[in-house]
Amino acid sequence: MALPQELEALTQAFSGHGVDEKSLISILGKWHPEETKTFRKGTPHFFIDDERQFERWNDERVRLLKHEFMRFKNAVVLWAMHPWERDARLIKEALKKGAKRHEAYGVIVEIACTRSSEELLGARRAYHSLFDHSIEEDVASYIHGNDRKLLVALVSAYRYEGSKLKDDTAKSEAKTLAGAIKNADKKLIVEDDEVIRILSTRSKHHLKSVYKHYKEISGKHLDEDITDLRLKETVQCLCTPHTYFAKLLDATLKIEVDKNTKKAPTRVIVTRADVDMKEIKNEYHKLFGGSLSNKIEEVANGNYKDFLLTLIARGG
Amino acid sequence: MATIKVPANTSPVQDAEALHKACKGWGTDEKAIISILGHRYSYQRKQIRQAYEELYQEDLIRRLESELSGDFEKAVYRWILEPADRDAVLANVAIKNAKKDHHVIVEIACIHSPEELLAVRRAYHNRYKRSLEEDVAVHTTGDLRKLLVALVSTFRYGGDEINARLANSEADILHDVIKDKKVNHEEVIRILSTRSKAQLLATFNHYRDDHGSSITKHLLGEPSDDFHKALRTAVRCIIDPKKYYEKVLRNAIKKIGTDEDELTRVIVTRAEKDLKDIEEVYLKRNSVPLDQAVAKDTSGDYKNFLLTLLGKED
Repeated sequence: MALPQELEALTQAFSGHGVDEKSLISILGKWHPEETKTFRKGTPHFFIDDERQFERWNDERVRLLKHEFMRFKNAVVLWAMHPWERDARLIKEALKKGAKRHEAYGVIVEIACTRSSEELLGARRAYHSLFDHSIEEDVASYIHGNDRKLLVALVSAYRYEGSKLKDDTAKSEAKTLAGAIKNADKKLIVEDDEVIRILSTRSKHHLKSVYKHYKEISGKHLDEDITDLRLKETVQCLCTPHTYFAKLLDATLKIEVDKNTKKAPTRVIVTRADVDMKEIKNEYHKLFGGSLSNKIEEVANGNYKDFLLTLIARGG
Repeated sequence: MATIKVPANTSPVQDAEALHKACKGWGTDEKAIISILGHRYSYQRKQIRQAYEELYQEDLIRRLESELSGDFEKAVYRWILEPADRDAVLANVAIKNAKKDHHVIVEIACIHSPEELLAVRRAYHNRYKRSLEEDVAVHTTGDLRKLLVALVSTFRYGGDEINARLANSEADILHDVIKDKKVNHEEVIRILSTRSKAQLLATFNHYRDDHGSSITKHLLGEPSDDFHKALRTAVRCIIDPKKYYEKVLRNAIKKIGTDEDELTRVIVTRAEKDLKDIEEVYLKRNSVPLDQAVAKDTSGDYKNFLLTLLGKED
C-alpha cells in the first residue's frame, strides 16, 4: 500500500515550480500498479473519473506539467545564452504575448530600464541578427495603445552612464513630474511629452536625484504616486531596481500562480545572477524577512530548484 | 569618392615637428598647417596629435585654437577632430540653435549608418556628459522634438531585406497624412524613424508608383513650420544624400555673404567620403565647378584650406 507520506511527496513533486525528479523516480518508479492506482484515485485535481471506469489524466494538468518539466531546461538554455540574445528574445516574446496580455509589456520596460546602455545596445544588435528588424520598429508597429510612445522611447535610449548631473535641473524636473501627476485626470500621464522626455533620455544618476527631490517635494515616492502600470514599472526599474526585482520575485515565487507569472523567477534570476543578485537578496531580506533561498526551497522542486539556488549563490 | 590628396609616405613625428615649427614664435605659418593637415587622412591626423602630445606635452588642438582665428580656425578645428567627435560637436552647436539648425541634427541622424550614428552618440557622452537625445529633447518642443529625438535614437536594422507588402501599406499611410494634411504625425514619425533605410527606399518607391509623384514633391507644398522642414530634410537625406549636400552647398554659396558654417560643415565632413560625387552633382546642377564657386566666394587661409580639402590647390 502506498504510504501517506509517499502520496504527499508525490503530489508535492508535481506542484510548485519545476518537478522533483528524484521523488518521481524513487516513488513512482518503484510503486506497484495498485499503489499507483491509489494515487490516481486520491488526486482528483490530476486525474478525473472517466465514465468508462478508469482514472484519466486531466488534459489541462498534463499541459501545465509539461511546462514544469521544461522549467529546468528553459532556465539552462536561457543561462547559457549570450545576454544580448537573451534580452532580444525576451523582448520579442513580450511583443507577441503583449497583444493579448498587456502585462507582458512590463518585460520590455524591465529590460530597457535595468540594463546598462551598452547591454541594451547589445540587445538591439542581437535583435537585428535574430529578427531582421530593429527593436524600436517592432515595438512601434506591434503596440498601438497609450504605451507605444513610452516603450519606443525606452528601448531607443542610449543614456549617459556617468555620474555628472545638474542638481537644479533634477529638482525642476521633479517639479515637472509632480505637476504632470497632479494633472493626470486631465492629461494622460503616460503620453505626456515632458514625462517621457525626462524618463527616457536622462541618465540613471540624474533620475535617482529626481526621485530623491520628488520625495522631498511631495512626501511620497514617485512610483507610489503613479497609477499607470508601465510608467510605475519604468520609474521603479530606473530608480530602485533592486526593490523592483525583490518584489517581483516575492510575487511570483508562489505555488498557485498562472503559467505566465511562473516565468518571472527564471528570467529575473538568470538575468541578474551575475549583475546585482547580492543586492537583490539583501533587499528581499529587508522587505520580506526571510531569505530568498528559503523561499525558493519552499516553492521550487528538483533540478530547477537546485539550479536557481546555485545561481543566486554566485555573487556571494 | 574622397577629394583630399594624400602623399604616399608620411611620418606623424615629422608632421608634428613641422606643425610645432609653424606655430612657434611670432605669428603662424598657416600655409604649412594647411599643407600638412589638409593632406592627411583621419587616422593620420590622429597619429599626428598623439605624436605632438608625446613630443611637446601639449594638445595640438589647443595649440591651433590659440594660434588661428575666424572661419579658418573653425574649419581646421572641425577637420582635426575624429569623425564621430566632430559630429558630436556639430550636433551640440546645432542643438543650441535648434530653431534654425535642426537640419544639421537630421543630417547627422539620417545620412550616417547605424554604427556611425552610434559612434556619434558615444562621442557625445564622452564630450558633454549627457546623451545626445536628452539635449535634443530639452531644446525642442512638440512635433519637432518627437521627430528629432526619434531620429537620433534609432538604431536601424542595416540589412537589405524588405517587406514589399509593408512598403505598400506604409506608403499609403504616408500619403494619407501628407495629402490630407493630417495633424497627428505619430505614424509618419514612426515610419521614418524606425524602419531600415532599405525598407524606407522601397516605401518611397511604392509611394511614387502608386501616387504619381515622389514623396519629396508632395512634401514641398506643405506648411513651412519647423516640423515639416525637418521632415523634408529627413526624406531628402534618406533618398539621396549627395543631392541633399549639393543643395546645402548651393544655398550656402548663393547667400549674400556666404554661410561659412554650412560650407565648412559639408566640405570637412565629406572630403574623405563622397565629396567628389557631390562635386559632380554640383557641376551638373550649377554649370560651375564647386571649387571655382568656393574660390570666388571665400578668401585667405580659409579659402586655401577649403580648396586643399577639395583636392585643388590655389
